[in-house]
Amino acid sequence: METAGRDSGGLKTYIVVYLCLLALAGLQFLLAYHHAEGEQLFLRMLSVALLQAGLAVMFFMHLRSERRNLRLSLALSTIFVLAMMNMVWSDSFRLLHFRLLK
Amino acid sequence: MTDATGRAVSEANLAMGAHATGMLEESPFAVPSKKLVMWLFIISDAVTFAALLMGYGYLRNANPNWPEPFKFSPSIVNVMLMTFVLITSSLTMLIGLRAAKAGDKSGALLWTFITVGGGILFALLHIREWRGLIGEGVRLFENPWGAPLFGASFFSITGLHLLHVIGGVVALVVVGLGYKRGRYNSDDLEVWTLYWHFVDLVWMFVVPFVYLLNVAR
Repeated sequence: METAGRDSGGLKTYIVVYLCLLALAGLQFLLAYHHAEGEQLFLRMLSVALLQAGLAVMFFMHLRSERRNLRLSLALSTIFVLAMMNMVWSDSFRLLHFRLLK
Repeated sequence: MTDATGRAVSEANLAMGAHATGMLEESPFAVPSKKLVMWLFIISDAVTFAALLMGYGYLRNANPNWPEPFKFSPSIVNVMLMTFVLITSSLTMLIGLRAAKAGDKSGALLWTFITVGGGILFALLHIREWRGLIGEGVRLFENPWGAPLFGASFFSITGLHLLHVIGGVVALVVVGLGYKRGRYNSDDLEVWTLYWHFVDLVWMFVVPFVYLLNVAR
């Protein structure tokens, strides 16, 4: 049994999103050779990557046209796990300072 | 065949997970169960990659002598090409899925196998990238530039992603051929289209964090 196609948009939408993804990827490559370094560069890269991911998930993976409870269930569980993983950063800075002081 | 309420139950519905003796169980998210399973797999795999990238970030942050070996040519140019190929393959897979949903079997197959070609090209470019680094002396636990764990972290993240790409290529070939024979339908193609987009999505994070934050200046 085939389910009716839930579409986030026509072919035109897909091509527009595709071009946006390419443009954002190009932006990342430009940022890499810009003068920003360290934390600033990391945050910029992360922002662009999250934007790309959002476009891909919503339009290419059709999550935009799925039920809201599916979107919430998937997003909340993922964000929770990612947030819990972020506890490691303070220890990496501690290790860096320890190594720099040696 | 009918269920307890007298509603007709097709064999296809039974194959999708409905119970033969009772009522059809509605999916809580109104999607076929195989699609929901693929979403759950994608979420679990996403956090796996996130854990690897977090571990990589930890090591990079904690090592003042982390290597920055990726020269514009050939490494970054190669990565740009790989990114273009993978994003384009996501589009071709989408076009194939649209054709399948519209009942255009030959169109669906054509675009699916174009996507497979894109995946194979990506894998070959990736292996070329690896050979270049190995030729420069990068091994799992040593390299000519700095922190010894650079190689292990680089090869494990990119290697796991490459494994996913190869797995996706195999799956698309199997499902594509099955779709042609009538064993699978457009829903099955849609499930593996989701997987393919996920593989592309992971690459969108691997490129900036593994390559672009470590370009040779």
